[in-house]
Amino acid sequence: MHLPLVLSALAQDAGAVTEAGATLRTSVALILGLPLLGFLVNGALSLWKPTAKTAVSIIGPGVLLVAFVLAVLRFRELSGLWATAPAATQIVTFWSWLPVGSLKVDFAFQLDQLSMVMLLVVTGVGSLIHLFSVGYMKEDEGYARYFAYLNLFVAFMLVLVLGASFPMMFIGWEGVGLCSYLLIGFWFTEKANADAGKKAFIVNRIGDFGFLIAMFLMWQAFGSLSFQDVFAKAPQVLPAGGAVITAITLFLFLGCTGKSAQIPLYTWLPDAMAGPTPVSALIHAATMVTAGVYLVARSNVLFAMAPASQAVVAGIGALTALFAATIGLRQYDIKKVLAYSTVSQLGYMFLGVGTGAITAGVFHLVTHAFFKALLFLGSGSVIYAMHHAYHATHSHEDAQDMRNMGGLIRYMPVTGVLMLIATLAIAGIFPLSGFFSKDEILAFAFGRGEHEPAFRLFWAMGATAALLTAFYMARLMAMTFFGQNRTGEKEREHLHEAPWIMTGPLLVLGVLTIFGGWLNLPEFAAFLGHPEGLHHWLEPITAQGDRVAEGLGTVARLPEHGTEITLVLIASAIAVVGLVWGFWATNRKPTLAAHDAVPEEGFWKVLYHKYYVDELYDHAIVQPLVWLSSVVLWRKVDQGTIDGAGVNGVARLSAALGWLGTRLQSGQLTGYVTLFVVGVLYVLGMVAWR
Amino acid sequence: MLLGPSLLLSALLFTIGVAGVLLRRNAIVIYMCVELMLNAVNLSFVALSQVHGLPGQVFVFFVMTVAAAEAAVGLAIILAIFRHHKSVDLRNINLLRG
Repeated sequence: MHLPLVLSALAQDAGAVTEAGATLRTSVALILGLPLLGFLVNGALSLWKPTAKTAVSIIGPGVLLVAFVLAVLRFRELSGLWATAPAATQIVTFWSWLPVGSLKVDFAFQLDQLSMVMLLVVTGVGSLIHLFSVGYMKEDEGYARYFAYLNLFVAFMLVLVLGASFPMMFIGWEGVGLCSYLLIGFWFTEKANADAGKKAFIVNRIGDFGFLIAMFLMWQAFGSLSFQDVFAKAPQVLPAGGAVITAITLFLFLGCTGKSAQIPLYTWLPDAMAGPTPVSALIHAATMVTAGVYLVARSNVLFAMAPASQAVVAGIGALTALFAATIGLRQYDIKKVLAYSTVSQLGYMFLGVGTGAITAGVFHLVTHAFFKALLFLGSGSVIYAMHHAYHATHSHEDAQDMRNMGGLIRYMPVTGVLMLIATLAIAGIFPLSGFFSKDEILAFAFGRGEHEPAFRLFWAMGATAALLTAFYMARLMAMTFFGQNRTGEKEREHLHEAPWIMTGPLLVLGVLTIFGGWLNLPEFAAFLGHPEGLHHWLEPITAQGDRVAEGLGTVARLPEHGTEITLVLIASAIAVVGLVWGFWATNRKPTLAAHDAVPEEGFWKVLYHKYYVDELYDHAIVQPLVWLSSVVLWRKVDQGTIDGAGVNGVARLSAALGWLGTRLQSGQLTGYVTLFVVGVLYVLGMVAWR
Repeated sequence: MLLGPSLLLSALLFTIGVAGVLLRRNAIVIYMCVELMLNAVNLSFVALSQVHGLPGQVFVFFVMTVAAAEAAVGLAIILAIFRHHKSVDLRNINLLRG
């Protein structure tokens, strides 16, 4: 109807930020409001009618599917607009939220190329995981509560990716942290799960502190916190490479290390696997943990202005990728392997965005969302089958321990084949999605290494991590789906494929895993289709950062064509070697079931215990803090100083003054008269010598 | 006429009264010292009436009347205290002690 008119009007205003039309306004309101509505309805049902599982099954995934459809419609519309006016960022302002003095924060959302990508990933992958959850959680008592939390999470995640300013993003940032806490501790009757939730929440607080400090610094430097203002003003107000911009970006990155589980704050993510498996897929693999990558990509101008921070981001990313991958080599819990794999892959994304290759980082974010969601949901399907098998025979074996699996591909072929595809994708086998995105990151890191040798080192770390990735994924597949079955004689009969409501989303994710690479094919693979799609799509977002980097001579470039081909061949060889080696090393000798397993020895033991980082943190940080708060702050400061000198001190002072008062009341008439006379003499004296 | 010496005498008597109240312990003696102070004041009233006219002298009669009433009440109280404590030493009478 009037939409084409609006669009053409917007198109004329090329290059300018435009206030969105009514349709877009309604869409954004619905996209954000529907999951929130789902939360309210499901939350109410969980309180008053927890048995209404059919209603929950419709509302929970339903609101998200509608939001996804709306997002696709807006995507089609806006991609038409952006084809003619690429910089026409759409701002939807609902109301003025914080008009305090000169600080003005609007309750506003922003639709541009980057937030559109995130919007589609969150609602799309989110919908699939919601559908999967219908099957996975259907026998759980807290079914309605589960979907309430999941819907709330999506609502906050959308606020995070659509917010038009840092404070708006922070609302979502904190909200997803809350939902993460609620869902990790979903089965809170077991203390370990509740502890894992608390750990995630508290570790994230450290990162959030960094985010807050960064916002304070930006407010001081730019006088505004909206993305538009900050990114426009930053290159004019602050000198590139200066202390302030470096501090801002480093504090922002501290926030990222918390939310996106990077060294040194990554320890919460493996523990977060205590939650239901679809939660691990949605929150702790596909969406929430990528928020940090989104933040760096969004602030690419700021990071481009601070090459030192970029090096830190890329370095921490590369280190995390390598470090987490080594831990993944020796875990036996199927979800723990995938958790460390997620930490490692997030490291790749930071290596990408830290190098300045924003598109590569976001590309890997998207493909990772596909294949890691598939891996997690696949492992959920496996755990579901294992759990049912053990449940049917009243066994108390661990349903998540890969030593109890083996040969499962005979019992659940769909899950097995799809997980194999995802394994090949994450290992980087041509032409699956992970191949393109991971190689692009590594190629850009290598390219930037031409002038900054540190990035060559980061590239080498990334390439080594790729070898380990292929190894631990092959080990996971070999232990889970191949070889002898170790589940047990009786239990084996109960192993079966998951219902269609679970395999259906897996199939969709499988297709996305295979063809996700077509989003951004490299030039050398142009024979497969249109190359560099995502790169051109995101150009309006990355252009300003690229200009800044151009001025500083730190722009991330792909190496020459020949070098790039060589790198790709090396990476493919690494992937194949890793996979073959992983399969061979795992199936060389038969694996023992968990209850027969011998303890690890030597370096394997160190890996099995995750380098004892948790223990190190416990001794170096947690226990000193507990000591400080219990012995010093509680006993000395609170009980000693505040209670002793403050509260009781005032009481004692009053008592002492009162005691002095009682000394005046001697009961001796003479004493009173003496005082009286002295008083009279004093008054007379005052009168006489005034 | 003799205004200065009269007032001086009055002040002297008053001071003796005050000193007596402050230093003595016997209730009867203290009571007498209070009377001494009252009469010192009466003396100054009379003396000053030379300057200010009759009202000062009239006031003396009021003071004497009140002093008589006070003597009746005060002595009755002292008597009651004596019956109770077998003493009129004020050091023993300290019910108001805090």
